[in-house]
Amino acid sequence: MSADTKEKTVNGSGTERHLNMIEAINEALDIKLREDPDVIVMGEDVGYFGGVFRATAGLQEKHGKTRVFDTPISECGIIGVAVGMGAYGLRPVPEIQFADYIYPGLDQLISEAARLRYRSAGDYISPMTVRSPFGGGIFGGQTHSQSPEAIFTHVSGLKTVIPSTPYDAKGLLISCIEDNDPVIFFEPKRIYNGPFSGYYDKPVEPWKRFDESIVPEGHYKIPLGKARHVTQGEELTVLTYGTMVHVAEAVCREKGVEADILDLRTLVPLDIEAIEESVKKTGKCLIVHEATRTSGFGAELSALVTERCFYHLEAPVERVTGFDTPYPHSLEWAYFPGPVRIGEAIDKMMAG
Amino acid sequence: MIEMINQIYSNKGDKLKGRQLPIMYSSREHSFFSISGNLATQTPQAVGWAMASAIKRDSRIAATWVGEGSTAEGDFHSACTFATVYNAPVILNVINNQWAISSFSGFAGAERTTFAARALGYGLAGLRVDGNDPLAVYAAERWAANRARANAGPTLIEHFTYRAEGHSTSDDPSGYRSAQEREEWPLGDPVMRLKNHLIEIGEWDEDRQEALDKECVDHVKAVTKEAEKNGILGHGLHHPFKTMFEDVFEELPWHLKEQSEQAIHERETKFPEGRPNS
Ligand SMILES: Cc1ncc(C[n+]2csc(CCOP(=O)(O)OP(=O)(O)O)c2C)c(N)n1
Repeated sequence: MSADTKEKTVNGSGTERHLNMIEAINEALDIKLREDPDVIVMGEDVGYFGGVFRATAGLQEKHGKTRVFDTPISECGIIGVAVGMGAYGLRPVPEIQFADYIYPGLDQLISEAARLRYRSAGDYISPMTVRSPFGGGIFGGQTHSQSPEAIFTHVSGLKTVIPSTPYDAKGLLISCIEDNDPVIFFEPKRIYNGPFSGYYDKPVEPWKRFDESIVPEGHYKIPLGKARHVTQGEELTVLTYGTMVHVAEAVCREKGVEADILDLRTLVPLDIEAIEESVKKTGKCLIVHEATRTSGFGAELSALVTERCFYHLEAPVERVTGFDTPYPHSLEWAYFPGPVRIGEAIDKMMAG
Repeated sequence: MIEMINQIYSNKGDKLKGRQLPIMYSSREHSFFSISGNLATQTPQAVGWAMASAIKRDSRIAATWVGEGSTAEGDFHSACTFATVYNAPVILNVINNQWAISSFSGFAGAERTTFAARALGYGLAGLRVDGNDPLAVYAAERWAANRARANAGPTLIEHFTYRAEGHSTSDDPSGYRSAQEREEWPLGDPVMRLKNHLIEIGEWDEDRQEALDKECVDHVKAVTKEAEKNGILGHGLHHPFKTMFEDVFEELPWHLKEQSEQAIHERETKFPEGRPNS
């Protein structure tokens, strides 16, 4: 949809190839497995079967059981062995089946992977990329819907990356795998097959209708720490990521607001320059995420914007988020920060 | 039965207020602990429950069930260690149905040893039973229960069985195992086996079985219809919005009060004419 994305994605031959997000992720893994003999892909059901969301389909057949394999159901074990493999010199890409199941592996991530470089003064590193589907909107109940990104952004030594389009998913994942630090790569599962406007009663529009799903073949990277301008505008800055990029974009379009929508793409390290530049231009900043509100990543964004752009602000920074409850099953759409919640926040800011 | 089906539909009759995935029941009334979606977490909890009973000098015991795949989780190791250290009155059941979604039991270590054999390393009593023989299961469970009640120690029971169907309704096993495997499973269907056994010993007959089958099917159908009057997931008739904020804490703090008002306000914006049961 955005001009600069289009420019980037047209592949020389003129024939445009559309992939959904799963296919783009699969391709990134395939390329890295081919290019780098140290890359290892593993996780529950990822090997023979190819993953419960099919993200690793066909990879074991292509690259063999030593490179792509199933693991026991132990997230602590998966991340723990990835620390050991990384220390030896491999580049593990473990999958955690749902972000909601990453918690048994937290000690290995927080106390070990995140600090290995620091405590060994660079003697050992932990170059792993933990892929995991996250977010709600699929009636997954409390254990298939969570957005725990702020738990990870709070840990020193972990990078946190969240794509919102197939093009970005491939380029970002390749960057993560090549990065020498541990990275959490959260995949917004609601938009695996198509972007989501927030209107849950409308049918899903497949990715192939959108330019952001034009994915060049072969290796390309999107640098970590660079936000994407989804739309350019003078009236309002919207800081968001993942599924909410599409919901926020739809609401701004509907309301006819000329918004500067920034898809952050990387939460740590954050593209602070792009944020400052945009907020100084518009004077208004709306933050949208699906995760719970209290101590969510929006709180960090709000603090940064207030610290750095205070004298440019024409209205208080607003946050639109999920509620501070576990993800409810039947009341999913009452929980989700949809068009009504975002729309009201925009109205309030535009009136101010 | 209607309560169980209401829960499956997450409808307005659901006692768990539509908060849990289907069949993740909870019923304190029946001493049935709330089911978590996070695998194996129940195992150390059951040991703790049993320890509490001992601490309180009660005679109650705990039983917990976990899939063979989930025994790989650290929680299971913690459960076994605590059970043995504190001689907790608990039964740790491992349902070895040989498949964990697409992964065969080898990914939990079954190619080298049995799950029952793990008991040895922890100093627990270990039993391995034919999980498709209801009488064997009953006998093993009773033995372990009596043992726990007599304060003679915890027991780990491996129930050797087979998952004939998919892991869930969104799982298609043809992607990872041959269709034939199911046919070749030698230990039969537990209900059929019990039926044949009872007929053989003259306690039962085909006519009564047929009548019972029909009675059960009719009953489930009728109760399902009844439950559907309370709504089905995603089609209105859920619990009121304000219930979303209840039970996060015992009392609503200010921020949840504000958020609750926001949710109700959003509903009024979305459905100005109002909707039933909101
Ligand atoms: C901590 C955690 N990790 C992963 C999952 C995803 N998951 C749900 S069921 C399942 C397989 C469980 O297999 P098993 O323990 O053998 O039990 P079965 O389903 O065969 O009864 C997996 C991996 C989960 N629910 N919780």
